[in-house]
Amino acid sequence: MRYFARKIGFYVIALWAALTINFLIPRLLPGNPVDILLAKLQQRGGIVTPATRKAYELLLGGDTSDPLIVQYWNYLVHVAQGDLGVSVSYFPAKVSDVIASSLPWTITLVGIATVIAAVIGVALGAFVGWKPGTWLDSFVPATTLLAAVPYFWLALILVYLFATTWHLFPSQGGYDVTLDPGWSPEFIGSAIRYGTLPALTIVIASIGGWLLGMRNMMVSTLSEDYILTARAKGLTEGRIMRNYAARNAVLPSVAGFAISLGFVVAGSIVTEQVFSYPGIGSKLLSAVTNNDYALMQGIFLFITLAVLGANLIVDLLYGLIDPRTRARG
Amino acid sequence: MTNIDTLTEPAVDQTTVAIATAGRPSEKSPRERSRWRSMLPSMTPWLAVGLVLVVGIILFGLITPFFAGDPNAIRDSGLMPPSAANILGTTQTGQDVFAQLATATRGSLTIGFLVGILATALSALFGILGSYLGGFADEAFSLFSNVFLVIPGLPLVIVISGFVPQQSRGLWTIAVVLAITSWAASARVLRAQTLSLRSRDYVAASKVAGEKAWRVITVEILPNLLPVLASQFVFAVIAAILGEAGLSFLGLGASNSSTLGTMLFYAQNGFALSLGAWWWFVPPGLMIALFGMGLSLINFSIDEIINPKLKNVRLHRKRAKAARKLDRGKAAA
Repeated sequence: MRYFARKIGFYVIALWAALTINFLIPRLLPGNPVDILLAKLQQRGGIVTPATRKAYELLLGGDTSDPLIVQYWNYLVHVAQGDLGVSVSYFPAKVSDVIASSLPWTITLVGIATVIAAVIGVALGAFVGWKPGTWLDSFVPATTLLAAVPYFWLALILVYLFATTWHLFPSQGGYDVTLDPGWSPEFIGSAIRYGTLPALTIVIASIGGWLLGMRNMMVSTLSEDYILTARAKGLTEGRIMRNYAARNAVLPSVAGFAISLGFVVAGSIVTEQVFSYPGIGSKLLSAVTNNDYALMQGIFLFITLAVLGANLIVDLLYGLIDPRTRARG
Repeated sequence: MTNIDTLTEPAVDQTTVAIATAGRPSEKSPRERSRWRSMLPSMTPWLAVGLVLVVGIILFGLITPFFAGDPNAIRDSGLMPPSAANILGTTQTGQDVFAQLATATRGSLTIGFLVGILATALSALFGILGSYLGGFADEAFSLFSNVFLVIPGLPLVIVISGFVPQQSRGLWTIAVVLAITSWAASARVLRAQTLSLRSRDYVAASKVAGEKAWRVITVEILPNLLPVLASQFVFAVIAAILGEAGLSFLGLGASNSSTLGTMLFYAQNGFALSLGAWWWFVPPGLMIALFGMGLSLINFSIDEIINPKLKNVRLHRKRAKAARKLDRGKAAA
């Protein structure tokens, strides 16, 4: 129980840290959102009066007359109420509504792609690592090429091959715009068709890491005494591989989920940009280009929350599958 | 055994002594060398491939920009496929892709190594110092790096870049931001390694001998962490080059910089994809991928030093192969 309490305590602190970073970024960095917006307005020939400045300050909620600690408290209260402000670029939509409309796309895309990559990668890694030194194993270093390929470049190549040259899959968007979004079979079919290339990008780019980690742990596990014991007992090879070697070797891959998820989320943001996918990543980028600060911060907060949540679940599961972590507490 | 022989056969003795004395310097150096060899990776075909890729690309980035011509010169021959005049063709505005690739490679390498050094230094500071001091400092540093580990890096970098105005977004800003968001994973590994090292007898001995903390860390602990640090540096460089490429591709990179990411940004915005100008967008990405692959292959060999079990497998395999060959030879004879 102590293990779970400790873990949840840690994630509460991490959440607080993320909230604080989110609060401090606009206040500590040199750029002032109001100045940037006013400069843009001036470039387009607008006349800037003190009243305009005041209006912008109120709109962005950056009323800087309060002391920092009061601002911080107000910010925390607003976040707790789910109020992330109003989006400028999707005015008058609330930031939380914009996020809610794009979140399902990203979660489905990243979720499915990550699960596929992890399952295939771990299975292949276990298979290759079980018999180190075979011709298959000697090709493992080549997978590093996949891990080093930038996500967005892979996306560009896939678009070039499958969309521009062979016309197999659409290159832009998340669904056929002539269809009404809903749970109709046509719409789901088109969503799958449009999502294939982005998902393929994420799977190809992230599978190498899973494979390699699993293969290395498998090789290390093979020299453990319990493998020798299992062999001495006369168990079948398949059973030793699955129940003795792979089961122990997979643990670091599960524990390393935090790091890999961070990479996948980062990769998916850039991938969404290439495909103009209606997910949260392209919303974040359009917020940055449109100087929509409230939306930007809201999305950062949401991505962080999602990553923290996923890690919390994995950590709690890890405590269940590996009793040693609980004992160490 | 030479002592017995000296009385009966002095001639032999002279030669053995000569051999022995001649052999002495080389007899000592193998031991010296083997100590170093355990720190250095052993040569494998994959390591050779990695070294060739990395050294080749570094040299390409260092030397080629001097004679590849002006990467920004605009010509009236836009979007030409590779030819004798332009090895890698031209961009939409007639700029030479090869010259751009050379300058961009240099830019990407610069930021990669800059961030690599910064991130490794940060991870060493938080990973080693905290776990060496122990107690509250360890708890605090460990919590700090764990928090940074779970906060997703690129979204944070994007938000930071969004707030910093374009003109003040220099090379160093991007490098520092990338370093701040990428050190945490290494710090955690270093912490675990240091925890196991600091309880060793020789560290305790040097503490008892009254060595200062910084000396114990730099002289007793740090050398044992070198392979780990090297591997983390290599990973940090890959991550930095990839991260910077992503940022620049999104148009959020350092202003006035030309890296492989900005090249891809211009290729994407110049509709290289729909125009089918593969010579424009394939080389930059391939360059990143190959450099990353080269570094990862080098890391493979470093991994074998950190985790000798991986190396044993290869040695066993070699021995098994040699034995098989021997058996076959005997059978044939």
